[in-house]
Amino acid sequence: MSGLFTWLPDLLLAAMLVGLGWATVSSTDLRRSVALFIAFGLLLSIAWARLRAPDLALAEAALGAGLSGALLLAALRDEPPAGAVPEGLPRWLRTLVDLLAASLALALAWVLWETLSEPAPARLGEAALSALERSGVSNPVTAVLLNYRAYDTLLELVVVLTAVLGVVTLGRERPGYRRAGPVLYSLVRWLVPLLILAAGYLLWIGAQAPGGAFQAGATLAAASVMLRLSGIDSAGLPNGLAGRLVLRVTLSAGVGLFLLVGLGVMGTGRGFLHYPPAWSGGLILLIETAATLAIAAALALAFRGGRPAGWEADDPDHSPRERRP
Amino acid sequence: MSLTLLYALTGTALFLLGLRATLLHAGLLARVVALNVSGAGVFLILVAIAYREAGQPVDPIPQALVLTGLVVAVSATALALALHRRLIKEQAHE
Repeated sequence: MSGLFTWLPDLLLAAMLVGLGWATVSSTDLRRSVALFIAFGLLLSIAWARLRAPDLALAEAALGAGLSGALLLAALRDEPPAGAVPEGLPRWLRTLVDLLAASLALALAWVLWETLSEPAPARLGEAALSALERSGVSNPVTAVLLNYRAYDTLLELVVVLTAVLGVVTLGRERPGYRRAGPVLYSLVRWLVPLLILAAGYLLWIGAQAPGGAFQAGATLAAASVMLRLSGIDSAGLPNGLAGRLVLRVTLSAGVGLFLLVGLGVMGTGRGFLHYPPAWSGGLILLIETAATLAIAAALALAFRGGRPAGWEADDPDHSPRERRP
Repeated sequence: MSLTLLYALTGTALFLLGLRATLLHAGLLARVVALNVSGAGVFLILVAIAYREAGQPVDPIPQALVLTGLVVAVSATALALALHRRLIKEQAHE
């Protein structure tokens, strides 16, 4: 036996994850539950690093812990002050749910035990790694996302676009935040350019090392969230009449350019999204750049919680007397 | 017991904790949080299956799936929170 000590960090991490997960979902105080969820996301990002998934560790730190946390914290402001808690389920139904969850847990644990204790069969992963040289990038995760399974990623960008259109349709944005004090403001002035630089780096390095459009987009969106939280209402998103158009084009740029490239390569006699090997590196970078901007714009808008002022020229919700001073 | 199994079982526990809380909680925001915990459990199972011992390359396909999953989860959370906000507004008007 290699001893307890090699196992200790993993056992601790697993126990802490379950413990924090339990505390998050069982807390009756929402504010507390959201704070625990953010901590949970950070721990999860350590778990990704431990499981040799640095791409995910980066994305989780920015998205799972960062943006989800910011979204949930902002949503806490929406709760009516006298938070009338709706009535829970009757007792017998709660017991039934507990029983179902427990039996599902046993069944899943048994399935995992049975399948994972057998030697691993030949997996798609080997094929993916052996074709890596022809994919145009050397980071296998980027190759899967933007070459082998580009179709999935295209549709995933459509999902993000659809979700943000839903957010925009459902109402107008939350009121902005108070102007930041001098300390926070000078921090933001340093952090935002650094975040933009980091996003550019993540986008570029994604071809050969952990990084890529999702991490870069999330980092850019985090910069926008910081600006918004420090009282700068436009938060880096384009404003005004011309800005409205720019914002819409940016939001749809990821899906649009992806589709254009996919259809464009069909013109050379290939299948949809079947890049010519000599061009694939460049095409992937092009698509990723557009996707980064689109994801960043979508997540930044999502944090605002609705359509920004002047999203539509004749927005009935934005009558002048209702607009904030 | 391997590292894969340890994290896969942790993922299972998180998935079910989250699922149970999603079904039992009455507050909508609490449900969104619970659903996110549940999703994290599913991601953990997938990434655990992708893990290989040092020396062998990890399986990139589940990792890529989880990466898109993370972005979709955040978008879905944003949509759920927007729906929640609209619902509060509608109830206030009644």
